[in-house]
Amino acid sequence: MQAKIETNENTISKGNALKHLLGKMDVRAYTMVAAVILIWLLFGMLNDTFLTARNLSNLFTQMSVTAILAIGMVLVIVSGHIDLSVGSLVGLTGGVAAIMSNWMGMPTSAVILGTLIVGLLLGMLQGWLVAYQAIPAFIVTLGGMMAFRGALMGITKSTTISISDPSFALLGNAYFAKGFGLIMAAIAIAFLIYSMWTNRKSRQKYGFEIPSFSLDIGKLVFFSLLIIVFVLVMNSYKGIPFPIIFVILLAILFTFLAKKTRFGRHVYAIGGNVDAARLSGINIRWKTMMVFVLSGLLASIAALVLTSRLSSATITAGQMYELDAIAACVIGGTSLIGGSGTIVGAIIGALVMTSLDNGMSLMGLESFWQYVAKGTILVFAVWLDITSRRKKAGK
Amino acid sequence: MYALEMIEITKEFPGVKALDRVSFKVKKGEIHALCGENGAGKSTLMKVLSGLYPAGTYQGEIQIDGEKKEFHQIMDAEKAGIAIIHQELALVKEMTVGENIFLGAEPIKRGVIQWDELYHQAAGWLKKVGLKVSPETKIGTLGIGQQQLVEIAKALSKNTKILILDEPTAALTESEVEILMGLLHQLRNNGVSCIYISHKMPEVFRLADSITILRDGRTIATLDSKEADDDKVVSLMVGRELTERYPRVKHTPLETVLEVRNYSVSHKDIPGKRVIKDINLTLRKGEILGIAGLMGAGRTELAMSLFGAYEGKAEGEVLIDGKPVQIRSVQEAIQAGLALVTEDRKRLGLVLGMDIKTNTTMAALEKVTKWGTIHTNEEIKWGQKYVDDLRTKTPSLETTVGTLSGGNQQKVVLGKWLMADPKILILDEPTRGIDVGAKYEIYHLMNKLVERGVAIIMISSELPEVLGMSDRILVMRDGTFVKEIEWREATQENIMLAATGGI
Repeated sequence: MQAKIETNENTISKGNALKHLLGKMDVRAYTMVAAVILIWLLFGMLNDTFLTARNLSNLFTQMSVTAILAIGMVLVIVSGHIDLSVGSLVGLTGGVAAIMSNWMGMPTSAVILGTLIVGLLLGMLQGWLVAYQAIPAFIVTLGGMMAFRGALMGITKSTTISISDPSFALLGNAYFAKGFGLIMAAIAIAFLIYSMWTNRKSRQKYGFEIPSFSLDIGKLVFFSLLIIVFVLVMNSYKGIPFPIIFVILLAILFTFLAKKTRFGRHVYAIGGNVDAARLSGINIRWKTMMVFVLSGLLASIAALVLTSRLSSATITAGQMYELDAIAACVIGGTSLIGGSGTIVGAIIGALVMTSLDNGMSLMGLESFWQYVAKGTILVFAVWLDITSRRKKAGK
Repeated sequence: MYALEMIEITKEFPGVKALDRVSFKVKKGEIHALCGENGAGKSTLMKVLSGLYPAGTYQGEIQIDGEKKEFHQIMDAEKAGIAIIHQELALVKEMTVGENIFLGAEPIKRGVIQWDELYHQAAGWLKKVGLKVSPETKIGTLGIGQQQLVEIAKALSKNTKILILDEPTAALTESEVEILMGLLHQLRNNGVSCIYISHKMPEVFRLADSITILRDGRTIATLDSKEADDDKVVSLMVGRELTERYPRVKHTPLETVLEVRNYSVSHKDIPGKRVIKDINLTLRKGEILGIAGLMGAGRTELAMSLFGAYEGKAEGEVLIDGKPVQIRSVQEAIQAGLALVTEDRKRLGLVLGMDIKTNTTMAALEKVTKWGTIHTNEEIKWGQKYVDDLRTKTPSLETTVGTLSGGNQQKVVLGKWLMADPKILILDEPTRGIDVGAKYEIYHLMNKLVERGVAIIMISSELPEVLGMSDRILVMRDGTFVKEIEWREATQENIMLAATGGI
């Protein structure tokens, strides 16, 4: 009798722990991942090449530019603004990079530094206009979208500049050696174990409830498997593509910034309730400007990747990318009202968009279908979000 | 013969009876003042009358000229000749005077607006209210007083028989008040009935023929203004018995922490108007200073301005611990040791979509930050501390504050400011809209803080609360302190008399 009761209690507490975990990792993330898997399976069935290592490797490389832009866009949208200029900024800073590399013959390191500075300054200019001059971000960045595109045409004299420096071309086209990929996987898994360990110890020190050991191990095994599968699949083609490493590093860095620093916290507070944020002593203007600085900086990183991958800068480079980035954020659960959204969500959103593009191109569908499908998915995702929220509120 | 009879009106909100069998009768061609404290039910009654709360959501009957009426929407009330002019004027700034007067009722021939006709008629109405501007002037270029006359012209153009004015003089200058009063007398002579809601006793006695007093959702009395005086009206307004008990403990005030000298604040929108006029104030360590006054007296503006959060320009000296300080932003105010619990916690106090611990650490995030990184467990610890200290009822620290009850939300706001460890805590209506249990916990907390040497300024419209908790009481009217009273000498009557201008 005694034993029976004990086991009962055990299962109850396990059930609670699972519920706790599921509740904490938001349900949205699961639907998103499920959506990606569904799209992949669908294209995999319709087309033999979609799920090959080569195509997946391509897909991730294709995704990288949108994903990098989406990371910056999440912060902008969370703070309650919008940045329509990132596409043109990618074009312009890409042009600047190509000019520095090809026309001026500067070494790659100088090219990278110069490009980043240009992106940062243009972002700062727009952020200053939005934050300190109180011009709506929509207008400022719409102006930026046109002006930057025009500037690109001016400085490149409307020509295509190709990149001849092989070391610059590596940025977007190289692959990590297979062994190196495995080492990175090992480091990542080691880091997962370490963070789980310190987290448990710290919670113990504070006397908080510690999640059950088996649950933590389960999570650990799941994520480790994900990492290993990813590396093995990439290795079975040429190794991990360079650009995807940028995306992963930036995603980690910005997730940390968003969740773990005062700056990130303040950005979410500003977007959630700007008056309450102001009355809590948060410097709204400075933080708002910094959000645009980061967006500009990320646009220039995306530009480096894109220019290098295409080995040239064209006057149409980056056109409409701002819309892809916004769509990725929105599909990934960022609210356009501001105050909520995650970087991981936006990256999954970018993966959804790119998968649709890639899959439909493979099937040889005409490009108009891609636009129709992407537009539909965007509206559908938001509709799904709004109805599920309404249901939740109705309860 | 009454132009308007409201009989036995009862209106309930979840948990509160806002109106309890209120009767209100207005004669044809009289000015009838409606008086009562904040929250006595004046606005609710007028919302019932103007159709904002449709028939069926309240009990009772409305009769116009002896005929029973049911208003299902605002349009119905307008058709019956009732117009309301709100404190916040409802005009479209970018449109002309004429367009505003006829908004929604433009003279039309075959679907086309007859502009000449419209401006011709508008000019006629402007003449009636004595406003000498062209009907083609944009509203935005007019002063508040002139805009109010446009509102009245608009109401008259709808063939209004009963005109409701809610605190019409709150934003007016003296000469504008004179013009308005003249106009109201003239309207009365033309047979229009006016319902005049005001806190200001001198105005009420100058204008009104009759006065009805509401208190706690009940009609207390209707008086002929010739037979009444300030004292009588005020004592009827506040005449409740003090049954609630407050946890008064003896405070021993120490040295002065805050001193405000010759402090004036300009209105944020209306140039030339001052919301705070040349005030002086001292606050000592370990005391509760109550600031009483009616809505619009300038109490919130004073608090916001001291906290560096009011947009209007401030002049004068502020000294903290004897040293002059310049507070130009909220950051500087927090650094100087101030904290402000705002009146409107949902709009100004909390980020409703965020959870309890995040809101708690919002104003003192540096306490849980190390090398620029937020220490999650440290944050949980602080969040938990204030949930425990204030006995906030919540399922978890990660509950979004939007889902909490009013009292628990207020505790989260208080927790946020306690974590910032202020020397001077300003509480603006700290117990508005929260349940009795939470109220008393907040009072106990105030006593505890005072004991620890915090100086508290409590702004409140609830007289029993002011009387029950303060050591000293300052009464504010029209942006100045008109009276200072020790708590032992304070009564509801002498505070209200000062607040309404009776003295």
